[in-house]
Amino acid sequence: MRNIWTIAKREYDNYFNSPLAYVVAFSILLPMGIYFSLIMWVGSQQAMFGGPAPESSPINWLFVFLMIFLSPALTMRLLSDEARMGTLELLLTAPIRDFELVAGKWLGALMFVIALAALTLVYPLIINNYVTPGIDWMVILSSYLGMILISAALLSLGTGISAIFTNQFAAFFVTLGLFFFLWFMVSLPASYLEQGGDVLNYLSLSTHFSQSMNNGTINLGDIVYYISLIALGLFAGTTAVEIRRWR
Amino acid sequence: MIKVSGLTKDYGARRAIDNLSFDAQQGEIVGFLGPNGAGKTTTMRILTGYMPPTDGEALVAGYDVVEESLEVRKRVGYLPETVPLYTDMIVFDYLKFMGELRKIPNLDARVDEVLDMVGLFDRADGYIGNLSKGMRQRIGLAQALLHRPEVLILDEPTIGLDPGQVVEVRELIREIGKERTVLLSTHLLNEAQNICDRVLIINKGRIVTEDTTENLQARLIGAERVIIRVRGEADELAKTIKQVKGVQGVETKQDGSVEFEFVSGKDVRPEVAKKVINSGYDLIELRPLGMSLEEIFLELTGSESKKK
Repeated sequence: MRNIWTIAKREYDNYFNSPLAYVVAFSILLPMGIYFSLIMWVGSQQAMFGGPAPESSPINWLFVFLMIFLSPALTMRLLSDEARMGTLELLLTAPIRDFELVAGKWLGALMFVIALAALTLVYPLIINNYVTPGIDWMVILSSYLGMILISAALLSLGTGISAIFTNQFAAFFVTLGLFFFLWFMVSLPASYLEQGGDVLNYLSLSTHFSQSMNNGTINLGDIVYYISLIALGLFAGTTAVEIRRWR
Repeated sequence: MIKVSGLTKDYGARRAIDNLSFDAQQGEIVGFLGPNGAGKTTTMRILTGYMPPTDGEALVAGYDVVEESLEVRKRVGYLPETVPLYTDMIVFDYLKFMGELRKIPNLDARVDEVLDMVGLFDRADGYIGNLSKGMRQRIGLAQALLHRPEVLILDEPTIGLDPGQVVEVRELIREIGKERTVLLSTHLLNEAQNICDRVLIINKGRIVTEDTTENLQARLIGAERVIIRVRGEADELAKTIKQVKGVQGVETKQDGSVEFEFVSGKDVRPEVAKKVINSGYDLIELRPLGMSLEEIFLELTGSESKKK
């Protein structure tokens, strides 16, 4: 366990040395800030005519939506670059298990995303200031839990794919392709099918956040879905590292 | 400390090492000599737990490299051939990271200690990316020494170092080799002679020969060859040298030098020098022509290829 933490800590620190991580942070925080301003402006206009108060759930949805495109950039070099630079040889001859290496890399990336998500807590705080009697913090908690779980699932898949490739751009595009597929395409045929549509809907990434946790509904199906993806990604990554040893 | 028996590794259809067997005791420095692609790095990678062998068995510090890989890795310090390092990390942080993975107590003090050992204490706060190749080599060595390993496996430890550093690093390895087991690969014969107690010559994945450096040389070099150069005619010189007792195989070279041999142990160089000077020549150069690894190699593998 301590090894996972050691790897994660280095990876987390490493993000702050890389321009890429700042680009990712910028690309998430800027659209969210603009979107938030718009929501507040529209909300203030509506309030004059007795409209509904602004909510933070659309902003959190935007965070998750942007993660689909940006998280592959955070995971692409996690293991592929170690293989390219040869430093994988150091890690694979250090007394750590392959799983600890992969899990540590994933946790490091997740810590970075959690730090990003923590910055966005400023938006519900601002909204809370302007609406009476304040916002429902349990909904916010559920929403952030969902954001972190879905990010964890995405990062785990990305880490797993990064372990397969030596070229980080190959890892990036394969990861992006997979997320695109899981988010937009899996559930497309669902409405045309007589049977099995539910299964496809369940497999789709997009159905497990916006309609449930983002609105304060935590159900077991969503949690199981996220945990399964996390396990799948870490398992794939560990297997890929083990296969590297045999080559 | 290291016991290898019948070790075999295939990369696809290519056999990198073939039924390799050897051992190394505690307090022994064993040199691995061989040309590129002989299987040195592959063997080392198996011994460090990086990759499993296709067949055979290897024990390091009493643990099996496949079954008890983690135990082996705890006890081995490894300097890979390419010296992989995180170039965007600070020297001290890098060593601390590697030390944390090995759960070294009193880590900060130990990092300072190894940095001092490899002579890079003053570069602790710099980025690895800004270091020269020789310095990186020494950081790699520091990393391998960090956890006071029982077995040290060094893949070409002195490559890329300047002559002064080569001497220092060899000194360091010799010091470490007094108590611990060191297995190092090199393609420099004089390095092997300098630091190794025993040498394994390996070619095409097989051990060609195994002996102490002294024996190896004596066995291979029945006669020692010397080059001599004077101001003046080489042909005349050759005639003069031939008169000295014990001189054999005199040969005049196009560049005006003369080469000759004498049987090992019966050094005729003083007599030759006296004769040359007494005959009125100005002696410019008199030096032994060492046998290079390539020559030794050809000697050892030559008989094998002739059979085919």
